[in-house]
Amino acid sequence: MLDHPELKRLVLGRLTWDAIPFHEPILLWTFVAVALGAAGVVAAVTYYRLWGVLWRDWITSIDHKKIGIMYVILGLVMLLRGFSDAIMMRAQQAISFGHSMGYLPPHHYDQIFTAHGVIMIFFVAMPLVTGLMNFIVPLQIGARDVAFPFLNNFSFWMTTFGAALVMMSLFVGEFARTGWLAYPPLSGIASSPDVGVDYYIWSLQIAGVGTLLSGINLIATIVKMRAPGMTLMKMPVFTWTALCTNVLIVAAFPVLTAVLALLALDRYVGTSFFTNDFGGNPMMYVNLIWIWGHPEVYILILPAFGVFSEVVATFSGKRLFGYASMVYATVVITILSYLVWLHHFFTMGSGASVNSFFGITTMIISIPTGAKMFNWLFTMYRGRIRFELPMMWTIGFMFTFMIGGMTGVLLAVPPADFALHNSLFLVAHFHNVIIGGVLFGMLAGITYWFPKAFGYRLDPFWGKCSFWFWITGFWFAFMPLYVLGLMGVTRRLSHFEDPSLQIWFQIAAFGAVLILLGILSFIVQLVVSFRRRESLRDTTGDPWDGRTLEWSTSSPPPAYNFAFTPRIHDTDTWADMKRQRYIRPQDGFNAIHMPKNTGAGFVLAALSAVCAFALIWQMWLPAGIAFVALLSAIIVHTFNYDRDFHIPADEVVRVENARTHLLAAHV
Amino acid sequence: MSEVTSPVASVAPVAVRSARFYVTSEHHPENGTLLGFWLYLMSDCLVFACLFAMYGVLGRSYAAGPSGADLFELPLVAVNTSLLLLSSITYGVAMLEMQRNRLLATLAWLGITGLLGAGFVGVELHEFANLIHAGAGPQRSAFLSSFFTLVGTHGLHVSVGVVWLVTMMVQLTQKGLIPENRRRLLCLSMFWHFLDVVWIGVFTFVYLMGALP
Amino acid sequence: MTPPYTGTPVHTGGDAEHGPEAGAAHSSLKGYVTGFVLSVVLTAVPFWLVMSKAFDKSSTTAVVILGFAAVQIVVHMIYFLHMNTKSEGGWSLLALIFTVMIVVIALSGSLWVMYHLNHNMMPASMHDMRNMP
Repeated sequence: MLDHPELKRLVLGRLTWDAIPFHEPILLWTFVAVALGAAGVVAAVTYYRLWGVLWRDWITSIDHKKIGIMYVILGLVMLLRGFSDAIMMRAQQAISFGHSMGYLPPHHYDQIFTAHGVIMIFFVAMPLVTGLMNFIVPLQIGARDVAFPFLNNFSFWMTTFGAALVMMSLFVGEFARTGWLAYPPLSGIASSPDVGVDYYIWSLQIAGVGTLLSGINLIATIVKMRAPGMTLMKMPVFTWTALCTNVLIVAAFPVLTAVLALLALDRYVGTSFFTNDFGGNPMMYVNLIWIWGHPEVYILILPAFGVFSEVVATFSGKRLFGYASMVYATVVITILSYLVWLHHFFTMGSGASVNSFFGITTMIISIPTGAKMFNWLFTMYRGRIRFELPMMWTIGFMFTFMIGGMTGVLLAVPPADFALHNSLFLVAHFHNVIIGGVLFGMLAGITYWFPKAFGYRLDPFWGKCSFWFWITGFWFAFMPLYVLGLMGVTRRLSHFEDPSLQIWFQIAAFGAVLILLGILSFIVQLVVSFRRRESLRDTTGDPWDGRTLEWSTSSPPPAYNFAFTPRIHDTDTWADMKRQRYIRPQDGFNAIHMPKNTGAGFVLAALSAVCAFALIWQMWLPAGIAFVALLSAIIVHTFNYDRDFHIPADEVVRVENARTHLLAAHV
Repeated sequence: MSEVTSPVASVAPVAVRSARFYVTSEHHPENGTLLGFWLYLMSDCLVFACLFAMYGVLGRSYAAGPSGADLFELPLVAVNTSLLLLSSITYGVAMLEMQRNRLLATLAWLGITGLLGAGFVGVELHEFANLIHAGAGPQRSAFLSSFFTLVGTHGLHVSVGVVWLVTMMVQLTQKGLIPENRRRLLCLSMFWHFLDVVWIGVFTFVYLMGALP
Repeated sequence: MTPPYTGTPVHTGGDAEHGPEAGAAHSSLKGYVTGFVLSVVLTAVPFWLVMSKAFDKSSTTAVVILGFAAVQIVVHMIYFLHMNTKSEGGWSLLALIFTVMIVVIALSGSLWVMYHLNHNMMPASMHDMRNMP
């Protein structure tokens, strides 16, 4: 059928057998391993007859708790991929000196550092952050679900299919070789004619739609669905940071969408936005993408700050010091984050006036951040600190993030930046804040709320192993990069001539191995905790003596979260309820109005991914069909008016009675 | 935790205390659709802001090609502008009819709005075809790239609005003026008027200022 | 027919109460007609200014028509989009103000940054080139 070359081009585009990397042993073996793993999972799901459960209870679920958990799982799985990239780079740089060229050819190495950055930001940090917000925010504000439950499911699947496209680029074609922001003209069609940049563009566009919609969803949830009595200044700090983060998402991601669309037009249609000829200006891409990119940094860190605020208050057994200043600092950071983007390209040549403005605004941002740090310290001061795992991550964060923050202020000084930009000093700086801030924050959040999500605690021994490996590994891996950066070593190099530098890269590689042990310990922790779940069981719903509303319901919470919508009188609602000797209601339950599960989100996201894949390979016919199918599916979905149901009162009574018995049995 | 069995009855009667802690009837939070849709429009506004910024920076990069003063036919733009303005008020009348629960009148005014919207898209496509035919396509210069992208993105939005409007009309005939449909009509109304606001920016910043010598 | 999920508002956490038609509660034919007449005038005048070349200097025309556009945007916001301090408990207006702020930052910032870049990096003459910082 496909003999006719025109037709073949229309259907298959530029996809041929050459796109499959048979000649690259590393990729081939990875593919074999992934394929075997996937086959194993499919076999296990089939053997245990779990397909129905998977489809009904998870894939089509619009329960914010399940979607939150799925986001976190996505983030952790992608962390493994992103970390494999990292340790491959560390290994390459540790051995590629003088005559040795290492084991990675440059074009492969370039794909790895691009994929590492893209995956770690978009498909590790973002899903972890969104997942935590999804799970916790409705519980903290006393809501039954988010404002738009279907949209929530759709957002998750868009993010997941975006990640799937990046993963697919490993085995079908290749990924971009441009660095994680794909600056033109390198990412333009003249310099990157192959599919790598197209994979980059379309995976981020798809994931970006998901992120934007989930941002709108969570803002509407926080604004509209707070329990009676929860005024803005009675919201838990994590909810506040979630609100600000989602405001940033809604106000920043459209810029990414627009700028990637313009790059796509340059590549597909032949326009001249970012070209060197016909009047285009590549620096405009850099300018626009950092208008998104800098708020993105705060999108990631603000929820982590929220986690630390909750953890510090809980494990110090005290109300958070300076609640109002914490809120104001968060809001100030939200606004200031739009005024600093140029510090990512001081060396572009805008001159002294522009650079000084952006240098000063950047330095100002450290003030609210410093205020937060002092608030946490003052919360701990004279508190009864319990060194449980979440608290250890928090203290680890405070030590580590301090250094990252200070090197950040250093880089904000334009003359210093002229010497340090594009060097390993910069690489060390942003890993310092992203690992020490975001990642430690997410791990603190995961260990803190794990019992709420699954009903048992995580095993502390393996958690402590993970913590110590991570933190020592981090210091070993990145302090040498500061040194190298100060010596002038630039980033993204796959080979070095000067043998005196090698020892620093070897130390960094050793650090990466320690981090690997940290990740392995975390996995062991999950397995061990699952096996010991009976002895780690949380029957009370409040394992840490928590202070906010999510700890008032059972662990894991029922589908409807709260049998009765709570009334709020205090910022630390649950602490207030305990102080006021709250009695759990045991009768008088009503039927509860809930949204219905739907597979539409999964279908729409899958069609988007098919369309994107066809566009990447320029298969115009399948792309057109997928697009029309997508549009029709959206319209058909709007004809579904039957989107909700009632959980009968009997069912609520049954669930609540079970909890009453459980509580009575463990007094 | 011993909150279940603690002897607390001495503090206050249970009914009073439970009213302090929770809402005993079924609680319905406020609907968030209109706010959510407004937030979406705000995000869309930023997409347009980027395209305007692009046009602002590249709008004079003619690459030795034609300029706005050479190309723009202001009478045609005036026609287009009046089509869009008229469609705004016809949509407004449709909403007023909706408030008075008159389904057929609502449908009729929506139909007129849709036709005006389609007319707008038609005129714009005609203009684009003329430009491309004259050798002034989006590939000619950075100015034309940013012009086609900004104006085209707006036109794409209007087209989506027309498709949505037709879908909406089918749903109205099927289900009538039920609360969901009223809410959707309100969202579409915001979308439609929002596109009008963007068009003010387009005809001023792109066409009128571009046509200045 | 069951009400839609989170549909009918009963009572809320501090915000004012609104039905599902809160946005349209203020609309009337008079409002739409006022808005329409105003916007017709505010559209026609700039077109006339440009097409009849009323001002000698282009920059004057540009400033004036930008002023008209700003006024017309406000008119549309009030009469067609029913923007006021009360709709959605003030959140729509807050979102709008925030968005306008970001739009202004992004637009004026980009223009400022790129103007300085072009000024510094594309000197008009060899003389400028020699005097580069």
